[in-house]
Amino acid sequence: MIAELGLAALWLAAALAGLQLVAGSLGLTARGASLAAAVRPVAVMQGALGLLSFACLVYVFSVTDLSVKLIALNSHSMKPLVFKVAGSWGNHEGSMLLWVTVMGLAGGFMALVEKRLPERTMLATLAGQAFVSLGFYAFLLFASNPFERLSPAPAEGNGLNPLLQDLGLAFHPPTLYLGYVGLSIAFSFAIGAMVTREVGPAFAKAMRPWVLGAWIFLTIGITAGSYWAYYELGWGGWWFWDPVENASLMPWLAATALLHSAGVLAARNALRAWTVMLGVVAFSMSMIGTFLVRSGILTSVHAFAVDPQRGTFILVLLAIYIGGALTLFGLRASTVTEGERFAPISREGALVFNNVMLSAILGIVLFGTLYPLVAEAMGAKVSVGPPYFNPMGALFTVPMLVVLAVGPLLRWRRDSFSRVGRRLVLPGMLVLAGAMALLLMGGIALLPFLGLALSVGLAVATLLPLQNRNLRRTPLAVWGMVIAHFGVAVSLFGMSSESAFSVEKLVAARPGDVTQVGPWAVKLDAVEPVAGPNWTALEARLLVRYGDDGKVMRLQPQSRSFWAPPQQTSESALLTRWNGQLYAVLGGEAPGAKAAGLGRADSRWQLRLWWKPFAPLIWIGGLLIALGGLLALIGRVAADLRRIVAKDKIVYRRERQGR
Amino acid sequence: MRRLAVMAALLLAFPLPGAPARAQEEQSTAPYAYRQLDDPAKEASAQDLMETLRCLQCQGQSIADSDAPIAGSMRSLVRERIAAGETPEQIRTWLIERYGDYVSYSPQLTGLTWPLFAVPAILMLIAFLLLRRRFSSRGEVQ
Repeated sequence: MIAELGLAALWLAAALAGLQLVAGSLGLTARGASLAAAVRPVAVMQGALGLLSFACLVYVFSVTDLSVKLIALNSHSMKPLVFKVAGSWGNHEGSMLLWVTVMGLAGGFMALVEKRLPERTMLATLAGQAFVSLGFYAFLLFASNPFERLSPAPAEGNGLNPLLQDLGLAFHPPTLYLGYVGLSIAFSFAIGAMVTREVGPAFAKAMRPWVLGAWIFLTIGITAGSYWAYYELGWGGWWFWDPVENASLMPWLAATALLHSAGVLAARNALRAWTVMLGVVAFSMSMIGTFLVRSGILTSVHAFAVDPQRGTFILVLLAIYIGGALTLFGLRASTVTEGERFAPISREGALVFNNVMLSAILGIVLFGTLYPLVAEAMGAKVSVGPPYFNPMGALFTVPMLVVLAVGPLLRWRRDSFSRVGRRLVLPGMLVLAGAMALLLMGGIALLPFLGLALSVGLAVATLLPLQNRNLRRTPLAVWGMVIAHFGVAVSLFGMSSESAFSVEKLVAARPGDVTQVGPWAVKLDAVEPVAGPNWTALEARLLVRYGDDGKVMRLQPQSRSFWAPPQQTSESALLTRWNGQLYAVLGGEAPGAKAAGLGRADSRWQLRLWWKPFAPLIWIGGLLIALGGLLALIGRVAADLRRIVAKDKIVYRRERQGR
Repeated sequence: MRRLAVMAALLLAFPLPGAPARAQEEQSTAPYAYRQLDDPAKEASAQDLMETLRCLQCQGQSIADSDAPIAGSMRSLVRERIAAGETPEQIRTWLIERYGDYVSYSPQLTGLTWPLFAVPAILMLIAFLLLRRRFSSRGEVQ
């Protein structure tokens, strides 16, 4: 029953999206103006129905209703409740339902609160939002119905992949989705503004909080995903340039550029066409990412060709939306003037540089991700990985970071280096001193070297905008900018330090053996079996000590065996200090011990140990970036609210005075 | 292989086509699969090379990040050859001859891969032209 209710709600939501599109478009014409009033309520209702549908899916997952095919395929009755719930988006159909739900909710929320733009632009925006939603509703209803029944119902489900049975991971996809889909609002805004030719500071100011919101979620999602890969995969890697990671990075790069260009548009009424273009590109990247991940094309181009239904569906949607938006842009771009002019050395100039560099990085990531697919379609297999992305990305990232140190100090419109030069002496000296120290140390590869040398100076430079300011009266948005930029420096330092100074030790240890990893002494005390709700594990007890006279601490990495589905995972154990992280993994029993006729008590166990100096800064930096975004968002929204309240007060006073 | 398959799954909650139901794979028993070389300099260059070689059985992991048996065997091969005095590039070339370009994450400049190297150059050029156009003729403030 509940499954059918969910399906009905989904159909109704799709129908309302159709109505929203028709009413929104007709509402723009003189004869259909009476329909305009319906658009906002319909958008809110559509979001509510989407939420109801998703709630139904979560419910059937939480009670493990095995007569629903999706649950039989992806869930299991003997699983902790939290992972049953998380399982509802840990599969194709459920995650697509989450996608449209978030999209409907975002549209409904926008319809409810967004009152700053002219009503005509809002109508066009909401119609655009409905137009995009409709395609994804069609995709769900015709090609991936999550509520399909199965008869007869099996006695037990297949279970959820054990790697997904991890709290961090359970909540990672929804975060990322809020970001991906939140960008649809920027896309709709761009369409709305192009249709009604209302591209200006008001448009940028209205769009900015939505972009910021989506961008914050993307930042958190990527950071969390990276940390998950780091501790769950058990080899200490935190970024693989895997296509799936790139799929989340590309919208982030575009959204970051959009955020900065929207800032220029809002403050200075410049970069109009460029901002609209980025609004289109950002969500296009979300959709391309979805296509890459959903269509199965990543496993192999040929796998895609064998069962092309879903992939083709998404591909058609991509063509309609991206092609349509770009066509509209082509038609209207000439009517959107570039806006105000500015000198090269100015705040705008630095932001333009940032935008061009981010777009170039985006181009590299996009091309490097797609090229192996193209090559495979032409019959050759190539791999593009870190040795390509790292240097090529750095080609554009390093100049961007240098400008990042200077840009926030510059004035709008026109400035000169002589004015800001003196303030940059200290960061410049730090960079030089750092470079010299690293050269003396020697043996550091070029990229980590650049990263380390730049990051310290950059960290100081990003704080300079707060210098000579009354900190208590500094606007939140400035705080946000400073903290986010500081986060970039922190993260850069963590990444470079991790790749320059990590120490790795692989050993086959007997209980009692002591291994030295960097400054740590690690003693294998014992290996014992433990049991969890749906797994059993071998757990190593490691006694570790930092330096010669540190306190002895305990680390307990596990090697887990799940039985539904049968699979092994390694649960790494991490020990964090201020200056880095000790990372321990228990591998299998070392081969050869049994062959040598040794008893169980004398078994040797494979341990993988890493000492990663300052590695946690990678993710702390990521969170700082998100925190900066959050502060800026709060600052902007609060300012808007104050303005609305002030306006209302003026209106109220006037009414009282009988005018 | 399960790892990146799942990683993929996770970052966008990809459907796992029942694949990871592979019960415990045997770990590689090759001598240097889980054992480092004694010479730290050689181990470091082996490690650098391993990070740029693809595990052929996996869905996007280097052999340095994988528990798959073939990754273990390849790690062992890399370490043994480095210990025997071969240079990393010799080993890479040998592996590419045997397994094709697919095995190396570091694309070599060939007739097939030249666009990968042309694109950054083109992007540089476009970036330069964009910035110059923006700031030279039209960019002057009143």
